[in-house]
Amino acid sequence: MEHSIYKYILRHSKKQQIILTLLSFASFPFLYYYLELPKIIIDQAIQAKDIIFPVEIAGIEIDQKEFLYVSVGMFLLLVVINQCFKYVINVYQGITGERMLRRLRYELYSRILRFPLPSFRKKSSGEIIPMITAEVEPLGGFIGEAYALPAFQGGYLIVIMSFLLIQNVYMALAAIALYPAQAYFIPKLQKKVNLLGKQRVKLVRGLSDQIGETVAAAQEIHVHDGSNYMRADFTRQLGRIFDVRYRIYLLKFVIKFLNNFIQQLGPFFFYALGGTMVINGTLEIGTLVAAISAHKEMAAPWKELLSYYQRREDARIKYEQVVEQFEPAGMRPEDNQLVEPDTIPVLSGELVGSNIVLADDTGSAQLEGLNIRLSLDKKVAIVGQAGSGREALLQILSRLIDPDKGKLTVGDLDLIEASEAIVGRRISYVGQSGFVFNSTIGDNLFFSLKHRPLHDVNYDGEEKEFRESDAKEVLLTGNSSDDYGADWIDYESAGVDNQSALDMRAIEVLQMVDLGDDVYQFGLRSSLNPEEDPDTADLILAARRRFYEKLEADPGLANLVEGFAKDRYNTNATLGENLLFGTPVGDAFDLDRLAENSYVQKVIEKANLTDSFLKMGYQVATLMVELFADLPPDHEFFQLYGFISSEELPEYQAILSRVSADSLDQLREEDRLRFMSLPFKVIPSRHRLGVITEDIQEKIVEARGNFVDHLPGHLKGSIAFFDEGAYNAAANIQDNILFGKISFGFAQAAEKIGAVLASVVEEMDLKRTIIKVGLNFQTGSGGARLSENQRQKLCIARAIIKRPDILIMSQATASFDGRTQQRLVENILSEFEGRSVIWSIEKPEMAYLFDHIVVISGGVITESGSFDDLQQSGEQFKLLTA
Amino acid sequence: MSLREEVETLRQIPLFAKVDPSKIKLLAFTSERVVFQPGDFVCQQGEMGDAAYVIMNGQADVMVNTPSGPITVATMNKNDVVGEIAILINIPRTATIKAASELTTLRITKDQFFRMTGEFPEMAVEMMRVLAERLVRTTEELQKAKESLQKEDDGD
Repeated sequence: MEHSIYKYILRHSKKQQIILTLLSFASFPFLYYYLELPKIIIDQAIQAKDIIFPVEIAGIEIDQKEFLYVSVGMFLLLVVINQCFKYVINVYQGITGERMLRRLRYELYSRILRFPLPSFRKKSSGEIIPMITAEVEPLGGFIGEAYALPAFQGGYLIVIMSFLLIQNVYMALAAIALYPAQAYFIPKLQKKVNLLGKQRVKLVRGLSDQIGETVAAAQEIHVHDGSNYMRADFTRQLGRIFDVRYRIYLLKFVIKFLNNFIQQLGPFFFYALGGTMVINGTLEIGTLVAAISAHKEMAAPWKELLSYYQRREDARIKYEQVVEQFEPAGMRPEDNQLVEPDTIPVLSGELVGSNIVLADDTGSAQLEGLNIRLSLDKKVAIVGQAGSGREALLQILSRLIDPDKGKLTVGDLDLIEASEAIVGRRISYVGQSGFVFNSTIGDNLFFSLKHRPLHDVNYDGEEKEFRESDAKEVLLTGNSSDDYGADWIDYESAGVDNQSALDMRAIEVLQMVDLGDDVYQFGLRSSLNPEEDPDTADLILAARRRFYEKLEADPGLANLVEGFAKDRYNTNATLGENLLFGTPVGDAFDLDRLAENSYVQKVIEKANLTDSFLKMGYQVATLMVELFADLPPDHEFFQLYGFISSEELPEYQAILSRVSADSLDQLREEDRLRFMSLPFKVIPSRHRLGVITEDIQEKIVEARGNFVDHLPGHLKGSIAFFDEGAYNAAANIQDNILFGKISFGFAQAAEKIGAVLASVVEEMDLKRTIIKVGLNFQTGSGGARLSENQRQKLCIARAIIKRPDILIMSQATASFDGRTQQRLVENILSEFEGRSVIWSIEKPEMAYLFDHIVVISGGVITESGSFDDLQQSGEQFKLLTA
Repeated sequence: MSLREEVETLRQIPLFAKVDPSKIKLLAFTSERVVFQPGDFVCQQGEMGDAAYVIMNGQADVMVNTPSGPITVATMNKNDVVGEIAILINIPRTATIKAASELTTLRITKDQFFRMTGEFPEMAVEMMRVLAERLVRTTEELQKAKESLQKEDDGD
């Protein structure tokens, strides 16, 4: 990248800068006349000097007044023309700046993708993020004006100067007499500001680094009561920043003071010098007025030039400081990633590494002239202690890091020079803790299949318009022309033809890494769009019927689930759920705030239930106050059983002291709402309060019909109603099969029902279907919704699904328990029959599963051979397995 | 069964006889009512337990594992408390309790139990009485068992 911001600007926006500069020059003649006109208006039109009226303009005779109107009309026209120039120039500048900013950001981001991995040990995301986001932001503004502003304002200044010179040489010289002083002092001061500015940028980076660390280390800080230490550190850094900024302000405003003072000296000279000349009769008063107004005009461009100078220095520093951070040594060449090779060779034969040397960033040797020769049809175990260089070796073999010296070849292919397209598709690597993106399980799994956009997608409407207009910008800014929305999945690489076959393959791979059951559980808790996948929805409905058949067949199970039935009150559901008789979609019918919903209120009123609700609310409140009044406010019962929180309890006590069961109609409006809200949360079989009588239950069931029939148009779609014969899109799969509530008060009901559910899934062979739904499960930020082991398994599955020729595992299963490790190794080795697996194993005794074993120690290979060979003659191997 | 009926039932139980009615209500409200089908296990010998059960209806067999298979040592009825040993002294369940008929119980967790006994010493005394009675009975049975063993030995 160019080290000077000016070179960068010229290289990528020369045309735009020229256009901007030409536009600026084109505006000067108009500017000159705009300055000239006041003199004509005052001297000729008003004072009628050196002119005899009527005058003839374009063949028309006009008198003095008309001449005045023509001149001021001209003046107005010039104002408009000048403003138009300004508008066009400003917009064009803005766009040019934004384009350059887009290009710069893209280039910086693209560079991160090419950073050698070891450089991430020194750079934190806390530092990198503000560089690409906040720090370069002001550069956009500067780039737009980089050439045009000095050209325009400088030219403007020259225009005014020449105008002044033509009017009166002495006056002109007087106006600019102090400019040299400014030009001398200000850069000196500015240099100091620049140094401070550099310091400030570094300090702010340190600050964002600390914020990043605090977020990442939140757990440690709490564990060790470290928050005050962190606060003190933050305060220290804020203090440094404040100090630097304080000094910047002092200097900045000294500069401003100087500028303003020198500027104001102009009028002083005009009045003194010009005044004397007018008195002496050597100067027209009109000329003096014009000169003063020209000088005023001059103040603006001169000020602009000075502040441009300050902004320029600021931008230059920022640019240099950002760019130098994005040029670590050993960066991958651009073409290594961007150029698609004609063919992607299959890696076979022998993998040979010779004389591989690697030192870490502290200079201590990790690999010392290591030589390795592996046959790619064999399964190889790498065995060595921590610190033996095993990790470094595998990262070099997978081309994640570059060796300092040495050669690495597969057949005739030089792996060190091979492009990432070859290495990244034919080799897979899994380290100790892989990364999971904040997306779905499926997206994470298929990430290893997305190298290039392969199948175009047709867009329409707004999306299409945006894409078409952005395509031009992408070209202008050198951004990626690949379509993110296209289908990137390389089905061939996964060994399938289409998405549905890929899903099946994904399930296979997930089961291979022991993640199938987990994803099945995710699937049970995921929802499904029946319109997109009607077949699966039908299967789930069939499962629901089968589930109920099973329940009815066994008297011991029949009571454990209370199904949803249109004409029956469900005593294991809340009153709210019973009234809605469906799953809320969105916030319109928040189950916790039904009493506030005006439509719900209307339905209750219509069913003549308002009084009953108030009475129920009164009963519940009385009971709660009676039971909980003596409990301490933080008692867990409030959370577990309370219809009323500990904070609200005194308010309810107060209300109850004001009203009695017979005077509920005198409740205040807000108290009414409080009472109304209580019954909605009652579950008859759980709370056993006896307040929801059979009569009320009947009325609620009746009100259900009413609720559906009169639901206003804008609320349609806010509830997915329960329907025995239809899939409920708002509920998850498990709830769709269950289609009811597990009864309270039956021993082991959940376990027993779980077993029935499992047997239904088994009988109907639904497991794969549900796993497929589980592929849409959201993993959360950094995979936070998965356990550590689940994340790691997902990363292993991702490495397998792209069918690499070489699978490199660097202690990838070390965190699993022994049995899982064993199972995974066996599954993966059998999957890779005929292909290469190079596995650095945590437990050397598991090496018997591999064809060939390599022992690494002190950065070199010390022993190799089959398990039996090494057990007999491998001294180190024997030590490691002992 | 509604809360009110539960409270009535609980008050019939000697263990809770001296406890404030409002506390019984709270206990009933916050305790889970659990129904066991005949043959269901309320708890199994050797497991750790965190709750005692008050039998509100039905019968339960108390069984102990012996080398010759499980034997029933007692049958518990309405108003009896079972499973309290494990929550009193933090040991695994000393016996298996199996529902002999449809069994309705109130499940009282360890926390609730200790809070109640702390607040109402009468309850602790009642508990001691029940345990002491059981000890007397057990001692008697042990006596008888020893005697019969003696007789068998003498018979040889």
